[in-house]
Amino acid sequence: MKSMPSWIYALGALIFVLLFNAFATPGFFEINVLDGRLFGSVIDILNRVAPVALLSLGMTLVIATRGVDLSVGAVMAMSGAVAASLIARPEGNILLGLNFGDSVFLIVLAGLVTGLLCGLFNGLLVSRARIQPIVATLLLMVAGRGVAQLISDGQIITFSAPAFASIARGATLGMPNPFWIVVLFAAVILVLTRWTALGLFIESLGSNPIAARNVGINTGALLLFVYSVTGVCAGMAGMIAAADIQGADANNAGLYLELDAILAVSVGGTLLSGGRFSLVGTLIGAILMQTLTTTILTRGVAPELTLVVKALVVLAVCLLQSPTFLHMLRPKKVAA
Amino acid sequence: MNRFLSQERLPVLITSVVAIAMFLIAGFKYDNFLTLRVFFNLFSDNAFLGIVAVGLTFVILTGGIDLSVGSMVGCSSIMLATLIRDSQVAPPLAVGIVLAFGCLIGLTQGFLIARFELQPFLVTLAGLFLCRGIALRISQQSVQIDHPLFDQWASFSIALPQKSSLSFAALLLFLVVGIGWYLSRLRPFGRAIYAIGGNRQSAELMGVPVRKTLIGAYVISGICAALGGVVFTLYTQSGNAVSGTGLELDAIAAVVIGGTLLRGGYGSVPGSLLGVCVLGIVQTAITFDGTLSSWWTKIVIGVLLLGFLLLQRWIESAALSRRALAPSGTN
Amino acid sequence: MSESTPLLHLQGIDKRFPGVHALKGIDFELETEEIHALLGENGAGKSTLIKVLTGVHAADGGSICIEGRQIAPRNPNEAVTFGISTVYQEVNLAPNLSVAENICLGREPRNVFGIDWRAVGERTKSALNRVGLRVDPQRLVGDISIAEQQLVAIARALDVEAKVLILDEPTSSLDQDEVAQLFATLRRLREEGMGIIFVTHFLDQVYEISDRITVLRNGERIGTFQTDELPRIELVSHMIGRSAESLEHGAMASHEVSGHEPFLTVTNFGKRGSVQDLNFEIRSGEVIGLAGLLGSGRTETARLLFGIDHGTEGGYQLDNRSAHLTPRSAISRGVGLNVEDRKAEGIFPGLSIRENMVVVAQVKRRWWQRISTAEQKQVADEYVSALQLQPPNTDRNIENLSGGNQQKALLGRWLAVEPRLLLLDEPTRGIDIGAKFEIMALVERLRLEGKSFVFISSELSEVIRVSSRIVVLRDRRAVTTISRAEANEEAVVAAIAKHE
Repeated sequence: MKSMPSWIYALGALIFVLLFNAFATPGFFEINVLDGRLFGSVIDILNRVAPVALLSLGMTLVIATRGVDLSVGAVMAMSGAVAASLIARPEGNILLGLNFGDSVFLIVLAGLVTGLLCGLFNGLLVSRARIQPIVATLLLMVAGRGVAQLISDGQIITFSAPAFASIARGATLGMPNPFWIVVLFAAVILVLTRWTALGLFIESLGSNPIAARNVGINTGALLLFVYSVTGVCAGMAGMIAAADIQGADANNAGLYLELDAILAVSVGGTLLSGGRFSLVGTLIGAILMQTLTTTILTRGVAPELTLVVKALVVLAVCLLQSPTFLHMLRPKKVAA
Repeated sequence: MNRFLSQERLPVLITSVVAIAMFLIAGFKYDNFLTLRVFFNLFSDNAFLGIVAVGLTFVILTGGIDLSVGSMVGCSSIMLATLIRDSQVAPPLAVGIVLAFGCLIGLTQGFLIARFELQPFLVTLAGLFLCRGIALRISQQSVQIDHPLFDQWASFSIALPQKSSLSFAALLLFLVVGIGWYLSRLRPFGRAIYAIGGNRQSAELMGVPVRKTLIGAYVISGICAALGGVVFTLYTQSGNAVSGTGLELDAIAAVVIGGTLLRGGYGSVPGSLLGVCVLGIVQTAITFDGTLSSWWTKIVIGVLLLGFLLLQRWIESAALSRRALAPSGTN
Repeated sequence: MSESTPLLHLQGIDKRFPGVHALKGIDFELETEEIHALLGENGAGKSTLIKVLTGVHAADGGSICIEGRQIAPRNPNEAVTFGISTVYQEVNLAPNLSVAENICLGREPRNVFGIDWRAVGERTKSALNRVGLRVDPQRLVGDISIAEQQLVAIARALDVEAKVLILDEPTSSLDQDEVAQLFATLRRLREEGMGIIFVTHFLDQVYEISDRITVLRNGERIGTFQTDELPRIELVSHMIGRSAESLEHGAMASHEVSGHEPFLTVTNFGKRGSVQDLNFEIRSGEVIGLAGLLGSGRTETARLLFGIDHGTEGGYQLDNRSAHLTPRSAISRGVGLNVEDRKAEGIFPGLSIRENMVVVAQVKRRWWQRISTAEQKQVADEYVSALQLQPPNTDRNIENLSGGNQQKALLGRWLAVEPRLLLLDEPTRGIDIGAKFEIMALVERLRLEGKSFVFISSELSEVIRVSSRIVVLRDRRAVTTISRAEANEEAVVAAIAKHE
């Protein structure tokens, strides 16, 4: 007996929104080639979804362990601030001691390490200090933006560095670079979890933490792993965001993106109560949310309504995952 | 067992000590800090946060969370300002409408959480989006309020010695804390809140009206958040859709620092007021210093929160091991 | 007992769940001044019947009358107003509130200002007196012992005008003295005219306290009997639906252990506050039984041996080397623990039976060498057929299995890694008698293959049946060891009950 994948609703909804656009939004599926690079609404969606997609990949693993990482937005701000400070080298900055020159590789590495350190911090609080994940990561969510401002001296650091900017703005093989970054991260995380036993261990831990310890799963190391992965993903998302605007805004970089990421994960069919997770579902969820946003924007609806739409999607997903709600629906159908 | 140093009281005690110590240290460091004026201004300046925190305390005591309070503040702020300026609604009626709106949002959230057993975290996340969306829809610009009655409220204060005073907002804060304390201690509703936070299944089997109580907690939180928005509008004399951004985090921090366990069941309303004071002292001290940039506030609050979380863990594990060591049986 | 209307009268109670006919027209009568035991194996319908009675489920058919008046409680609260109070197996109290608050929760006496705390205090005092519990009403319920909590729960149930008191397995976490204390209270309540429905797994207690017995099986009422007229063996055969003779078993074979050296030795081993003075050794092909009352330190011993808890004193030698185990290192050195609390600490709900069964093998093989799905199927299928697990489709969610089959799946999880020592903590709890015998037979078969076990069970007869030696625990200390030759119920009970 093979049950349907958990992301079937999300895929259905995505197809529905795409079909809607096919009829209602002229030129939605049009793709132009310019300088060997593809342009069009669909490409734009795949480009813009990158930061949220990265965050939600890591978030999927964290949520599968019954956790949540609220700090990813703030981590983006921190890694962005680190990268911007290393590139722009503003006077009196605390990172002046590090000179990476123009090496994009080293700067991205610094950003990723920033994310990794944040992830380790979260992971230690959750696994060692046994603090509830919502609370433990709330800490960095509050203090992280303060740290980001500390790094950038409270200013919006702007820079002009074409090589670094190409992370967000360049294209490879016709597709925008952020798309490839997501593909790379998704592939690595998929291989790490599904070609090894880590996926089973993560699902076991989320399904029953005590039993997981009793069968010898190293739950502490596993938690450290999932939060670190999320930290690195957030670090990369921060790089893309900084490269996109060629600057670092400690206050607004990644603001509320943690919520979008959680939304993408749950829309993608991973239960917030932990256990079974689906990375594919998460990617579909993230694309669905971005498609909705783009649809709203291209149709000229007031942009603030995206917030309302997101709210309604969250509620719809929650209700569809609620056994009580489904149970209530059923007898009605029978009666009707 | 020493009931005085129980799981419930110890965090509040430590918070009190920290608050007093911080106040004294700042008092030695900065001139004019150790005055009644600074002390009472703590309440005036943080009244909106305090009112929001009181409402949130009820939700957290049940083991839930309400992330919508920050954007509720923004929503009620812009709604109030628009009602008074553009729709020419009398301020008392406008406040009534805004509070009714807060009640409605709280009711909806509570209903979804209690009836369908949805995760509070997600439902109120939707509430966060919804309120902010509505707020921005009402107006993206800041709306000034010029109304004699409203000005009267904003400037009302009770004079106290040493040129200090208690503003209308501070008095409202004390009133809300008083009502919150009464509800949580002296009404069966309050006991039910604690029972649900302690063990929901048990509470259900013991005949506690779990759904009604949960809905009640979110309604209180919604109304308090709306009232917080009103007070914030009084404070700035204008409505702004983006006010209260991130306020939910400060409110959660205040509640936790005030000794309420995020897992529910333990904590108190006055504790949250104490938590607000701690945050207020940090803010005031950093303003007094002048050389420290404003972002230090966030970092210090983060460090404080970390300290209190570790403290909570320590108390919990101490309580657990004490229970394990306690001789079993009545004989 | 009066011939007139009974206190409580159920007629033709019928209840269906999707796919299950849980109650098939049950009749049941409870008189005043009666303690009525309700017995049956798992799935017999006891808990469903109680849930119908207390308004958790609505019956599909039949009627409930209390003192001749027909009632249809829609929720536990309403049942209470009809005079039916219930105390559940897991104590249902708010651990973060005081004893007094718990007793009055939801029906607090009030004055003009709100809750009248003085009246709460007085009511608590009288309620506690009624059950004979002396405990400070201001203490948090989470800080008192389980037995005290159980009595507080009963005090709470009696705080209202209860005519019928339902006790759903109230004794499963109590020790002997506590049970005696509880029974004294029950007898007093019976004299006061109350009708008590008593659900339990412990047959001794049934014979000690009950006036009549009603046996359910597969949702049907098998019969109601006067307790003193029903021989034990007959009762058991009613419960499991087999003839009495098939339950008698032959003489016990001896456990010859051929000159092996012990591979595990504990000397004065223990953990302060948990269990102490453990002294025994285990050879391959031996089953060490742990006997003792609940709370005597049996589970704690298993946790110490497996490394979930860490010893603070004495020595623990594995293969003649001092060992400081964690569950992980224990598994890698061939030790396994099948936990007592299946649901909370054993199964992975939401994951498939197959994944539940291979997880230990996967842990042993390290994370980077994933066991392929095909290989997982092979391993799972092997133990599904060896353990006769039903249904055999291992792709299904483990939650779909019955308790006994979940237990088999968990056993399979350990057998798949072939541990030389498997610690079995209550492997037969809450499962059918048939499955119990299968599990004991399995232990004997594997023992003959040279595997070793530590076997923990509340059922003395089981421990005696399977063990090569029995370590007796009392008050969290190992007090004596009884060899298989000397082991019989009297000897073990004497060792457990001995006062020094």
